[in-house]
Amino acid sequence: MNDMANSIRTGPDERGHFGIFGGRYVAETLMPLILDLEQHYKDAKNDPAFQGEIEALNTHYTGRPSPLYFAERLTEELGGAKIYFKRDELNHTGSHKINNCLGQILLAKRMGKTRIIAETGAGQHGVATATVCARFGLPCVVYMGATDVERQKPNVFRMKLLGAEIVPVTAGAGTLKDAMNEALRDWVTNVEDTYYLIGTAAGPHPYPEMVRDFQSVIGKELREQMMEAEGRLPDALVAAVGGGSNAIGLFHPFLDDKDVKIYGVEAGGRGLTGEEHCASLTAGKPGVLHGNRTYLLQDDDGQILEGHSISAGLDYPGIGPEHSWLKEIGRVQYVPVMDDEALEAFQRLTRVEGIIPALEPAHALAHVIKLAPQMDKDQILVMNLCGRGDKDVFAVGQMLGFDI
Amino acid sequence: MSQTRIDRRFKACAEAGRPALVTFITAGDPDLETSQVVLNSLPAAGADVIELGMPFSDPMAEGIPIQLANQRALAAGQTMDKTLDMVRAFREQDQDTPVILMGYYNPIYVRDPKKFVHVAKEAGVDGFIIVDIPAEADDELCIPALEAGLNFIRLATPTTDDKRLPAVLANTSGFVYYVSVTGITGADIKDTGRVATAVNRIKGHTELPVAVGFGVKTADQAANIGKDADGVVVGSVLVNAIRESLDGEGKATATTVRAVTDVVSDLASGCARARSA
Repeated sequence: MNDMANSIRTGPDERGHFGIFGGRYVAETLMPLILDLEQHYKDAKNDPAFQGEIEALNTHYTGRPSPLYFAERLTEELGGAKIYFKRDELNHTGSHKINNCLGQILLAKRMGKTRIIAETGAGQHGVATATVCARFGLPCVVYMGATDVERQKPNVFRMKLLGAEIVPVTAGAGTLKDAMNEALRDWVTNVEDTYYLIGTAAGPHPYPEMVRDFQSVIGKELREQMMEAEGRLPDALVAAVGGGSNAIGLFHPFLDDKDVKIYGVEAGGRGLTGEEHCASLTAGKPGVLHGNRTYLLQDDDGQILEGHSISAGLDYPGIGPEHSWLKEIGRVQYVPVMDDEALEAFQRLTRVEGIIPALEPAHALAHVIKLAPQMDKDQILVMNLCGRGDKDVFAVGQMLGFDI
Repeated sequence: MSQTRIDRRFKACAEAGRPALVTFITAGDPDLETSQVVLNSLPAAGADVIELGMPFSDPMAEGIPIQLANQRALAAGQTMDKTLDMVRAFREQDQDTPVILMGYYNPIYVRDPKKFVHVAKEAGVDGFIIVDIPAEADDELCIPALEAGLNFIRLATPTTDDKRLPAVLANTSGFVYYVSVTGITGADIKDTGRVATAVNRIKGHTELPVAVGFGVKTADQAANIGKDADGVVVGSVLVNAIRESLDGEGKATATTVRAVTDVVSDLASGCARARSA
C-alpha cells in the first residue's frame, strides 16, 4: 500500500487541478453540465455494477487483457534492455481509444443522454466513438477538421458505415483543435440531450481524470502481467503522447514506483526550431485552451498555433494537464521524436517483429530504439503499442514513394 | 467600488427611459485603421457601451460571423498591444463611453493577469467579459480586475439556475450579461417571452442592470428585448455588416464604416422606442 501523503497518484484536487494545471475553463452555459457530469462520474466510479459492466465489455467486446509481448528479435538487434510491448493495438477498433469510449458511453447511458458528439483528428477516436454508439444504439455526430476528412478517408468511411454523421469543420486550419472548438459549440447549443465524448485525457475537469481512469486498465494489466512474466516491475516505460491518453493510462499505475523510469514521446515533426512540430511540453508554454490549463503551442500573444506531425493522431497543440504537471515535478521525462525517425521505426518494427504499428506508437518506438541500447541486458523496458498501422499504410506508402 | 463609467452610463440610459445599446466589434477587423474609425464612430451612431473583442485563434463560443471577424483581425496582424492602443486612441476623443474588453482568457493569461489589469485600466478600459473563466476561477482575473478598479461582467445563461446564480453574481459588477440562448453568438432567439422571464428572474437576485445578448439582430428585436432588459447587446449583425462591405479580396471599402454605423443607428432607434408602446 502506498503512503497516500507521498503519493502523486491522488490528483486532481476538487477543482480539477494537477498543480497549477487542469481546472474548468468553460463558458458558463457548460458549467452546470460539467458539474453534473462530475457528480455522475463520482457515483459511477464507486458503483460495482458500473465497474462490472466495463469489465465485461473489456473482456468480451474489446478483447482485454491485451497481451504483453516480449519482442525477442528487436531486443537482440538493439542489444540492451529486454523490450516488451503492451499490445493495445490488438483491441477491437485497433487502438487504445475503445477503452475510454466504452467507459464514457456507459456513463452517458447512465445520465440518460440520448445523443453523442465527439471530435476526432486521425479518426481513431471517431471510429471508436461511432463503434460504441452503434453497439448501444445512440446517434453519433463526429466533428472532424476538413483537412483531416480529406487525408483520413478510410476512417471517414468506417465511421459512416457505423452510422455516424461526420461534420467537416472548415474553421481555422480544419484540424483537430478546430474540430474540438466545433464540438464545444454543439454541446453548448444542445445542452439537454447531448453527451460530449472527449477522446483524450484533456478538456475541462472531470474529463482528464475520467479518461485517465478508463485508460488505466492498460497500466493495471501490465503490472500483473509483468509480475507473472518477470516477477518484478519494469525499469522503464515508454509511450507516445498527443493529447496523452494512452500514455497516462500506462503511466498512472506506476507513478509512485520511483524506480520505474517513465518517458513520454512527443511529435517533433520536422524539428523543434520552427513551428512544424507538436511538442507542446518540450517547446510550448502554459496556457488555457479547451477547458484546461496546460502546455500549449502558442505565440507570444497567446494565439494557439497549428501543430504539425506525420501522425495525425499526435497533431494537437495541447496536452493533457496531468502530463504538464508530471513534467513540472520531473516524474516523467518528455522527449521529442522527429517525423523521419518515426517513419524509420515504423518500417523497422514491421520487418523485425512482423507488426505494423500506427505512426503514433512508431514515435514511442523510435525512442525505445535510442533508449534500449543504453540499458543493461537484465533491465526491462515496456512500450505501449497503442495502435495498429492499417490506417497509416496509405500515407506511409505515399511518403516512401509507393503508388497504392 | 465608486461609480464606474459603466455604472454611470446604465444609470443615464435608465433615466432616459430606454435600454442601453451595447455594441460589439472585433478589434482590428478588417484592419487596424478601419477598425479604429469604426470604434470611434460608434458613440455618435448610437452606441451606449462598447464591447471590443480581443481576437483569438480559437473562439469556441462564437458563431460563424464572429469567428470570421476574429480570423480577419488576426490575418491583418492584430495583437493585444494594438487593441490596447485602439482604446487609448478612442479615449482621446471620448471620456464617457465605457469600453469593455471581451474575449478569451489565454491572450490575457500569457501576459500575467495581475499585471494586465493595470495596463488595461491605464489604457482606458472599463471592464472585462471573458467567456471561458467561470465564477469558480474568480481568483485568477476577476478579483485582480476588481481590485484595479475595473468591472468584471459575468455571463448568466439559461442553464444558470437559481441555485447557481448567487455564485455567478457574487463578484459581478457593472452589469450582468444574460445569454438569451443555449448556444453560440449569432444564434436565433426563439422565444422572447422566455428571455423576459429570465431577465426578471435575474433581477430578483441583483441590483445590477441586466443586458441581453446572443441573437439580437433587428431594431424590432432590440425594442422587444429592451422592454425588460436594461441593455441590449449586438455583435454578429455588426461584424456581418463589416464582412458584407469588403471587396473581393477581403479589404475594407469606402462603405465599411458606414455599413456598421447605419446598423447601429437602426438598432439605437429600436432601443429608443422599446418602452414607448
